[in-house]
Amino acid sequence: MAVNKKMGKQTIAFHNPPVIIGASSIVGPKEGQGPLGKEFDTVLPDTLVGEQTWEKAERKMLKTSCEMAVQKAKLTLQDIDFMMAGDLLNQLISANFTARDLGVPFIGLYGACSTMFEGLALGSMLVDGGYANHILTAASSHYDTAERQFRFPTEMGVQRPPTAQWTVTGAGAAVLASGGKGPAITHVTIGKVIDLGISDANDMGSAMAPAAADTLIQHFKDTGRKPSDYDLIFTGDLASIGRALTEQMVKQAGFDISKNYTDCGVLIFDSARDTHAGGSGCGCSAVVLAGYLLKQLTAGVYKRILGVGTGALLSTTSSLQGESIPGIAHAVVIEGYKLGGN
Amino acid sequence: MSENEQPSPEEMQKIQYQQMVMKTKPKPPLLRNVAGAFIIGGTICTFGQALINFYKSVGLAKPEAGAATSATLVFIAAVLTGLGIYDSIAKYAGAGTIVPITGFANSIVAPALEFRREGMVFGVGQKMFTLAGPVLAFGFVSAWLVGLIYYLFS
Amino acid sequence: MDYLKAFVVGGGICVIGQLLMDLTNHKITPAHILVGFVTGGVVLSGLGLYQPVVDFAGAGATVPLPGFGHLLAQGAIEGAKTKGILGAFGGGLEASAVGVAAAVIFGYLVATVFTPRGE
Repeated sequence: MAVNKKMGKQTIAFHNPPVIIGASSIVGPKEGQGPLGKEFDTVLPDTLVGEQTWEKAERKMLKTSCEMAVQKAKLTLQDIDFMMAGDLLNQLISANFTARDLGVPFIGLYGACSTMFEGLALGSMLVDGGYANHILTAASSHYDTAERQFRFPTEMGVQRPPTAQWTVTGAGAAVLASGGKGPAITHVTIGKVIDLGISDANDMGSAMAPAAADTLIQHFKDTGRKPSDYDLIFTGDLASIGRALTEQMVKQAGFDISKNYTDCGVLIFDSARDTHAGGSGCGCSAVVLAGYLLKQLTAGVYKRILGVGTGALLSTTSSLQGESIPGIAHAVVIEGYKLGGN
Repeated sequence: MSENEQPSPEEMQKIQYQQMVMKTKPKPPLLRNVAGAFIIGGTICTFGQALINFYKSVGLAKPEAGAATSATLVFIAAVLTGLGIYDSIAKYAGAGTIVPITGFANSIVAPALEFRREGMVFGVGQKMFTLAGPVLAFGFVSAWLVGLIYYLFS
Repeated sequence: MDYLKAFVVGGGICVIGQLLMDLTNHKITPAHILVGFVTGGVVLSGLGLYQPVVDFAGAGATVPLPGFGHLLAQGAIEGAKTKGILGAFGGGLEASAVGVAAAVIFGYLVATVFTPRGE
């Protein structure tokens, strides 16, 4: 039984790749108007969705998205062994309160905007390890709840610099199973927390890019793969500036990802959305993966993709105390060709 | 930390990265921002001048006309913030909507409005001073010091 | 003519704020601008440097935040002159009372009447 599933320094290769048997995505109106608008399962008409507060609205999105993913997997909540979810709000109130309502055994995760990928990585380990048959993993973010926690009130007359990113209002969820139909997770690379001294809270992409680059480089070293082994390489929410920086840093290490690399924060908004550098937030990579990229895998457009969830691990306290912003990134390899497999 | 003057490899990496970031990231559109600040800030001040002239013409003395002008501008800015218009103007104006007294009003209304769901006391009442509080604290203390210095040395 | 002066000087003061934010990579935030310009106005006024600007530009100097600082400082000086040490405490507040009270009162009322729109 003592089979070593670890590969290199930070990567795990699964023996029975867990299958994503259901995934769902819900976004706000601005994301719905973006280039991926038609791909998402639900586009909300407004950001309050009939609730009293934005925090409640975020929870409603997360809950609905979880229920939808379970439903698409043709399961009920009773079938879920563990739920693993997180969000950006202090003490994870969105995920915690959602888990309260769903009544599923729950593990709260905080990886900032990398949470969805942290959940996929850990969930896959539990499934492949035989500790669970069905894992529900989810993440959410909401522009208005995040903005007032991390920056200025939304009605405050503040000019956003060109490096600023727009927190995606959205929630994504996925159900992992030990077998079944769907794209499968074959490898994960767990990233290190990297901090190269960026402290500008209006420039998250630059703060997170070193972590993304480090994880990507480590993934290539651990697996012996090349960038061209993937149909698509994507990062979570680095947006345009972070993407350019990541590309440069990975190139310096001898890997050219310029041909097949993009970022969810770039995909989700176009320039007409006036978001400056692009999207960010837990919801950004969660909905682009669940709503768009997984569908592309199922449709056969891509066969094998490498996703890197990226998170900026700052708090308002650390920012005010002048600390720089540490970043984290976890990589997940998803393959589509196992359709209907074992 | 060693005593040698060369930065450690980690520090070198940080410095190199920050140089790379500076090269990669777009600069703020300085000319457009400055023009926006100048035109919109100037317009607010011109409007203020019109108000002063108006209040003087209806018989207010100079200090009262100034106070009435401030109150009027503050009222307009508060309502525009409530309607969600002020921050849309600020997108183009930058400092042009922060530096005039209207920016002070906006800094009070914006957090108060945003946190009203946390209640009237801990939401509106408390949060309205998150940005205005420091302004008043620094303003009052420095003005008191000026008065004190004047008192002691004259 | 006084309109043109107000426009140019008022706009000019705003441009200083814009440059401070843009040229420091936004290390100077709007909050710093609010605090810094009021305090700066107090200091300039205390040194006697702001009154000439007010005389020249009218609202162009009184509407921007340094004008608020000027009001505070002149109030404190006036208080110290007429009422002594207690006047230094109260003078600034007295002079700026209408503006500050208006901001607090209208701010509170607007926050209770309107709902936040978000985005």
